[in-house]
Amino acid sequence: MNAKEIRELFPILNQEVNGHPLVYLDSGATSQKPIQVIEAVQKYYHYDNSNVHRGVHTLGTRATDGYEGAREKVRKFIQAKSTEEIIFTRGTTTSINTVAASYAKANLSEGDEIVISYMEHHSNIIPWQQVAKETGATLKYLPLQEDGTIALSDVSATITDQTKIVSVTLVSNVLGVINPIKDIAKIAHQHGAIMVVDAAQGAPHLKIDVQDLDCDFLAFSGHKMCGPTGIGVLYGKKQLLENMEPVEFGGEMIDFVGLYESTWKELPWKFEGGTPIIAGAIGLGAAIDFLEEIGLDQIEAHEHKLAAYALERLSEVEGMKIFGPKTAANRAGIVTFNLDDVHPHDVATVLDAEGIAIRAGHHCAQPLMKWLKQSATARASFYLYNTEEDIDKLTAGLIKTKEYFSDVF
Amino acid sequence: MSFNNLDTLYRQVIMDHYKNPRNKGVLEDDSLTVNMNNPTCGDRIQLTLKLEDGKVADAKFEGEGCSISMSSASMMTQAIKGKTKEEAVKLSHIFSEMMLGKDYDDDIDLGDIEALQGVSQFPARIKCATLAWKAMEKGMNEEDTAK
Repeated sequence: MNAKEIRELFPILNQEVNGHPLVYLDSGATSQKPIQVIEAVQKYYHYDNSNVHRGVHTLGTRATDGYEGAREKVRKFIQAKSTEEIIFTRGTTTSINTVAASYAKANLSEGDEIVISYMEHHSNIIPWQQVAKETGATLKYLPLQEDGTIALSDVSATITDQTKIVSVTLVSNVLGVINPIKDIAKIAHQHGAIMVVDAAQGAPHLKIDVQDLDCDFLAFSGHKMCGPTGIGVLYGKKQLLENMEPVEFGGEMIDFVGLYESTWKELPWKFEGGTPIIAGAIGLGAAIDFLEEIGLDQIEAHEHKLAAYALERLSEVEGMKIFGPKTAANRAGIVTFNLDDVHPHDVATVLDAEGIAIRAGHHCAQPLMKWLKQSATARASFYLYNTEEDIDKLTAGLIKTKEYFSDVF
Repeated sequence: MSFNNLDTLYRQVIMDHYKNPRNKGVLEDDSLTVNMNNPTCGDRIQLTLKLEDGKVADAKFEGEGCSISMSSASMMTQAIKGKTKEEAVKLSHIFSEMMLGKDYDDDIDLGDIEALQGVSQFPARIKCATLAWKAMEKGMNEEDTAK
């Protein structure tokens, strides 16, 4: 894999920011889009735009084929058994909320438990807080090891026969940790609980096989994996989805509508009320084609190499504190850090003046920030278009930041 | 933009307030307490105000945040002491206009606050600078409704 050649396929990366070539290190927030994805969306609006599943006319067929074709691409991408198990949503947040609002509220009651971890993104915390409030179930947290990883012994100790739902992220958006989902799912199933996986940071970077993981639900977003914003996926096992009620009601999702009663379409459409996100799905399909052509294993290896290099280079900066595991083993391309007394916002502003884009703040993971005893942190996240040179620039930028602020302190 | 442009943001007087914050702490007794945070970045401030005869007799702040938000809080507490509520709120409006890069009433001596003018050129940081001021305005409004 040649990251420099891949970079050329992303028009946005070919620009100067504040007088410097852009170094984009915020793919954990959202990835950039290759020309193939931009053109697929443009082509759809240019030639094929129409509503799906209803038009008898030619454009309606083209739009439907594009939309449903994207569903098949997603199915293959995560190795699901059938396209009935692939629901298009607005993103990871909507996907997890759908499981919470439909499955959880119908199946949980007082005395039941929901188990999540300290490293979850807010979108995998708050939906469960709401379920707990409404059903009387208890929300429990898996503790973290000192290096931010989850120990299976803690998983075994936390999950009980009262646990009905276990929901854990595949990759932490702060620590970069890759969690042992397959093992956690096994423990969850031994206790009769279902396993929900937040794959927002996993799907863009790792090969996912939902059958091998044996997860019951898996959620991810298109925009973090080279696709457009506004499109995401909820995978669910067919027998679970079949017994769930839709969350949104209206057009598109109905079978028959009477004056006082209605019935729903079969899977997956009963969960897709309203005109769907057609262009988004087609763009996501193009993103999957793009990623698969390069190869997810290649992408994973590249990011792993970048993470190892970043851990090494950033450690050279005086006053650097890196969070999460100290080595690149089981780490995705995310490195979160703080630089001495310099607040991460100030770090990000100084780096921006050098054309380097990083994230600063709580990363939508306030419980984890509390666990780390930090009010905010800085994060550099890498993707297939990043190079070691980007990390060299980041390191140089951080040394300059340190010097800049040491003058004033 | 070069590092020199950063100096328009990180002025010496700002860094001085960041390093040596004025009025850091919590006022006890029957002071007015306002908590405010910036949910997008995690900055937070606790502002305690003591009002006597319609004037700010004392003001203190506690909080966590970047150099801009904390220095702005320090300067704000310094600026409003001895001012009437109306004067304090007016100062906050002037500050907002300054942040938006608008013309503002320059008859009033802003003192150290003037150093924050450079923030207007860094749109992503305006919310850092205005946090303490928003907290103060909220406190004044609450005091009004409590009456």
